[in-house]
Formats: sequence, C-alpha cells, structure tokens
Amino acid sequence: MAARKPAAKAKKPNVSAEELLDHYRQMLLIRRFEEKAGQLYGMGLIGGFCHLYIGQEAVVVGLEAAAEEGDKRVTSYRDHGHMLACGMDPKGIMAELTGREGGFSKGKGGSMHMFSKEKHFYGGHGIVAAQVPIGAGLAFADKYQGNDRVTFTYFGDGAANQGQVYEAYNMAELWDLPVIFVIENNQYAMGTSTKRSTKSPSYWERGAAYGIPGEEVDGMDVLAVKEAGEKAVAHCRAGKGPYILEIKTYRYRGHSMSDPAKYRTREEVQKMREERDAIEGVRSLLLTGKHATEDDLKAIDKEIKAIVNEAAEFSKESPEPALEELWTDIYAPLEA
Amino acid sequence: MTKPNERKLTIARAMAEATAQEMRIDPSVFVMGEDIGPLGGVYGNTRGLIEEFGAERIRDTPISETAFIGAAVGAAQDGMRPVVELMFVDFFGVCFDAIYNLMAKNIYFSGGNVKVPMVLMTSTGGGYSDGGQHSQCLYGTFAHLPGMKVVAPSNAYDAKGLMTAAMRDDSPVVYMYHKGLQGMGWLGTEAGATVHVPEEPYTLEIGKAKVVREGKDVSIVSCGMGVHNALKAAKKLEAQGVSAEVVDLVSLVPLDRETIRASVAKTGRLIVVDEDYMSYGLSGEIIASVTEHDISALKAAPKRVAFPDVPIPFARVMEQFCLPNPDKIVAAWDQMQAA
Ligand SMILES: Cc1ncc(C[n+]2csc(CCOP(=O)(O)OP(=O)(O)O)c2C)c(N)n1
Ligand SMILES: [Mg+2]
Repeated sequence: MAARKPAAKAKKPNVSAEELLDHYRQMLLIRRFEEKAGQLYGMGLIGGFCHLYIGQEAVVVGLEAAAEEGDKRVTSYRDHGHMLACGMDPKGIMAELTGREGGFSKGKGGSMHMFSKEKHFYGGHGIVAAQVPIGAGLAFADKYQGNDRVTFTYFGDGAANQGQVYEAYNMAELWDLPVIFVIENNQYAMGTSTKRSTKSPSYWERGAAYGIPGEEVDGMDVLAVKEAGEKAVAHCRAGKGPYILEIKTYRYRGHSMSDPAKYRTREEVQKMREERDAIEGVRSLLLTGKHATEDDLKAIDKEIKAIVNEAAEFSKESPEPALEELWTDIYAPLEA
Repeated sequence: MTKPNERKLTIARAMAEATAQEMRIDPSVFVMGEDIGPLGGVYGNTRGLIEEFGAERIRDTPISETAFIGAAVGAAQDGMRPVVELMFVDFFGVCFDAIYNLMAKNIYFSGGNVKVPMVLMTSTGGGYSDGGQHSQCLYGTFAHLPGMKVVAPSNAYDAKGLMTAAMRDDSPVVYMYHKGLQGMGWLGTEAGATVHVPEEPYTLEIGKAKVVREGKDVSIVSCGMGVHNALKAAKKLEAQGVSAEVVDLVSLVPLDRETIRASVAKTGRLIVVDEDYMSYGLSGEIIASVTEHDISALKAAPKRVAFPDVPIPFARVMEQFCLPNPDKIVAAWDQMQAA
C-alpha cells in the first residue's frame, strides 16, 4: 500500500464543513490531551497505570456525533477520550490524573475512575468488562422511566471474552434495552493479540446467538463511525432493543505507560499511523474539499494547544486533596 | 552489595525459577493466566518459562478468569497441577465462585475423594497510585475462608521455597506476592526483598512463621511488605534503646500462632502491621490469637498499624497517608508507652 488511503469514504455523505471541522477539533483535542498526559506521566506527575487513547479517537468522536443530549455512556479504564468527547472539562480530567482536588473525583479515583452525572458519563472502570452490565442497567433505568435515551457501552476486544458480557447481552435483548454495545477492537488486550485469544472470526457476530443485530465498522474513519452510530441509535430509540458495533481501531501507544511493547513490531504501528490515521484522514478531506486552509487548521491546532496547556497548568496548580476528604464520599449523605 | 558466592534474585525470578525446576521434574505442572507467556507476567514471575516449556504448558488465556480458574479446578481434580495467575488480587470478584466455592471446597465436599493441587498466584499491594481496584491486599478476605492455604512471602528466598512447596501441596494454595517486592524496575522495589537464593530446589514449610529479628521489648508481626516496614521501624527503635522483635508470618493460613505467642510471651508487647484494611482482618486475628490464649502475656494493650477502612484513594498524598510505614510503627510504640 503506497499512497495514503483517505480515511473517510470517497462517496462523502452530505457532511458539512462545520461538522468535519468539529470532528477534527474533537479528535485533535483527544490526541493532544493524551500526548500531554503522557508527558506529565513521564515527569512523575501522574502515578499508577495510565492508558492512552491515541489512535482510537475516531471511535468516540464519531459516536458522540450520533448521540443526543441526555444519552449515556460508560467505558473502561481507557476513558480520557470518552470524557473529553462528551464535553467534560479537560481541566477536571487532567487534575484527576494528577490526583488533585480539582479533579472530577477530587483525586480519589484517578485515571481509571471518573464520573460526570451532568454529562451522563458513568465511568471509568478498572475491572475488564465490568462496565458492560452497568451499561445494560443504565439502559434499563431509561426504559423503565419512559424516556428515549440510549446508552453507549464501550469495551475492548479483550473484554469481549468475559462471561458477563454475554449475560448482559442476553438480558438486554430479552428486555429490549436501548443499549449500544460498542466493541473497540484495537486488536490487542495488553500483550495478547485477538488472534491469540479467540478463534471466532468476528466479535459483533457473537450477538446473533442472542438475537442482537450488529455490524463491523471502520474505526479509522470518523464518518463511517458516525453513520453506523446513527443507525444503531435509531434502532435503539425505536424500541427494538440493543445493537452491537464492532469498531476496528488501533492503539498507537502501549497498553499503559509501562508496556514493554514486545508483542508487535514498530513497523506495524508505523504503518497504521501513516496509512490509516483518522485525524490525518479528516484533515485531508478538509483540505482537498477546500473546507479549510492550512492556516485555518493551524489556528485550530493553536486553539487546542491552549486548551490542553491550560488543563495541564490547572492539574499542577490545583491543590493536593485535603486528608479529611479520605473519610467523605464513602457513603452518600441521606437527603433530607 | 553482592558477596562472593551470593546469588541474589528478585522475588519474581525466584518464583519463575521454582516453577521451572518443578516443571522439569513434574509433567503435570502447567501455568496459565493472562499475559504469562511471551510477556512473562506483568510482574515478571513467569519470565523465561515459555521459552523453555512452550505454549502447551505455559498458556496465555483470554480475559476469562471465571473460566480459566474454574478449568484449573477441573484439571487439578484430574491429575494435573495447575499454577494459575489472577493478575491482580482485586480482580477476584470476577471469579470468586471458582476460587471459593470450588477450589476451596471440593476436597471437603468429596470427603477427601478428590485432591485439588493447584496454586493461585496473585499480586497484591499498592503504594504507586494505581487506584482502588488495583492496590488492595485482601489478605483477610482470602485467609478468612476455610479450605485454602494462603502464603505471602517477604523475600526471594522464602518466595522460592514457598512456590515449590505450593506446587507440591495437594491442597489449593493462594500465593499472594506483593508488587512492591517483585523487583520490577518501573514500579520501584524494596531492596530487602532481593536476597540470596540457592540454585537447587528446596521447600519452605507452609504454615511456619519466622522470627526475622530477635528482640525483647516488643513483637512486631507482619507479612510481605509489612515485614520490611517492621524491620526499618525496629532499627529506628533500636536507636531509642528499644529492642524490637520482628515476626514474618510467611503463611497466613495455616497461621503459626505458636510462634506469635512465643514471641509475645517473651516481649510482652504486640504491634501488628497490615497493609490490608483494618477491620475484620489479619490484624484483629493476630491480636485475638494472643489475647484469647493468655492475656496475661501482655504488658500493654496491643496496637495495629493497618490500612484505614476506606476504599484505596488514588491521590499519592492520600494513599501514602493511609499506608503503614516505619514511622507509624514507631508512633504505635510511643503510644503504647504513653498509655
Ligand atoms: C477482570 C480483569 N482482568 C484482567 C485485568 C487486567 N487488564 C487490564 S486491561 C486488560 C486488557 C484489556 O484489553 P481490551 O479489552 O482489548 O481493552 P484495551 O486495553 O485494548 O482498550 C487486562 C487484561 C483487569 N483489569 N480486570
Ligand atoms: Mg483491545
């Protein structure tokens, strides 16, 4: 494969310049945020394991473009991108990564554990696949309460081998729950490739055993993701029950910041970056379609850089949590 | 510094060496878990095994803990000796039925008809800001439940001997290794855990505690990382003219109550150091072992230095505040004197 394959489909569904620019901006925000998080980790300002979303940006940005106000989302520990894409303040996310008072969980949760009721983000979960039944439960509550919200439940290819995924599938279909199961298939679960963990040819097809429809989506193409997302959302909102999207994507960085990266070649990663990068794909659509000039894009770059730098500054300046906070939030206070 | 003829190994290498040596003589031993093959385990304790024994005996599993731990129980009942890894002890929630209702009970339920010779290795401990689902010890949780032996080494010598003993045991053994002792560079490690390890195979008796430092004024009892904190505290106390004895439990189940009681009978004072949550756990059990036996052995009310009863916080300042450390142990001694 010599020439760069345009990431977005040539047929170009009627997408406006504003939309394209918005996707570009969102994806770039995630990438630059994650690069900054990587730097702060390197400087020792972030502890523990820190899982970056670099390479997978089109998945969450495409699906958020298909979501409506009030729709819900829940995901794994690789959650920074999801939080940024649903509109959570980058300052609060970064400050949680550095374990500060200004973080979304006041420093108690860390990179893997954040929530925002306001933005309908229900975590950030460290136990692989634990979020899948939670997603079914969020959808159950919405259905029971009679609103037409949809829940995006994200999990990885590795998580797809946990039994609780299939228990949740069965219940979701049985009860026609409005939940979209989003499998972010980035081909690896830590150091184990999908080829070494399953013989089933595809993940989305496993839904058939429970009667759940689904499809495979090119996750390096934000427009394809959005289109598939819209279809899934329509299915759920029409009361037809769950839907599965297996989104083929790729993580460029290690599983976490302490990944020896011996399970794949540098060339493999390089090839993906060069030929399939979703941000580059939108960038070239913007330029070739004359929706934007190089200068316009530079201006966006600058804007994003400023947001990310501000978040980083905030995350360093926000005070360490007060020790009294250790004993708060263990139980929810009873409302009078 | 390494002396001549000294063979210093990390706990990770000691565990891998024990496993390799046993696998050479016993074809029924095999290892399975997540990323224990080419990666060698997240904490290094299976490094080098796949190169020697191949993928048939060193099996990377899908992320399906219920299935592979349940399967290990099945295989163990059918002539195999599985060594399985639960990557972090915190993940036990996904697969505790296989562990506790199957692995731990099937010998009893069969009236001794079947054996369940398996080792469940799992990493414990925090201190590196990994949040509340990746930093727990859960010693009390596992030790509370009958039917499983539980060990928790504090150094590489014990780690090797316990590993070999665990693989040769016909009962299930939960092998809890502390991340902060593994010798993983990126994580930071406790230097005192990396000690001389003889090359030839040997076993350490499961259920036997060790007095790792003799003293006459106070007994400090702990396991794993806590032993190193206790030893550092003992040094500080020595500077104050206080002679502290340190007991390394080595095994949590069976618990060597004799050694604990003998130490306290000598010193008359007891401080228990436990990185697990304070209430309903190891620290209470150790104290009860002494007080219900002979309360007159105590010259002062016992003290415990344990993790407070809160989910483990991510922020470094908060987590470090909660963790046991040498200064807290010294402070416990001071409080004992003031009382
Ligand atoms: C129950 C459980 N088992 C194992 C782990 C350790 N672990 C964390 S992430 C991970 C790989 C998950 O891969 P995947 O679901 O593909 O998600 P990705 O990291 O690729 O986003 C593993 C094994 C865990 N956190 N929880
Ligand atoms: Mg994956």
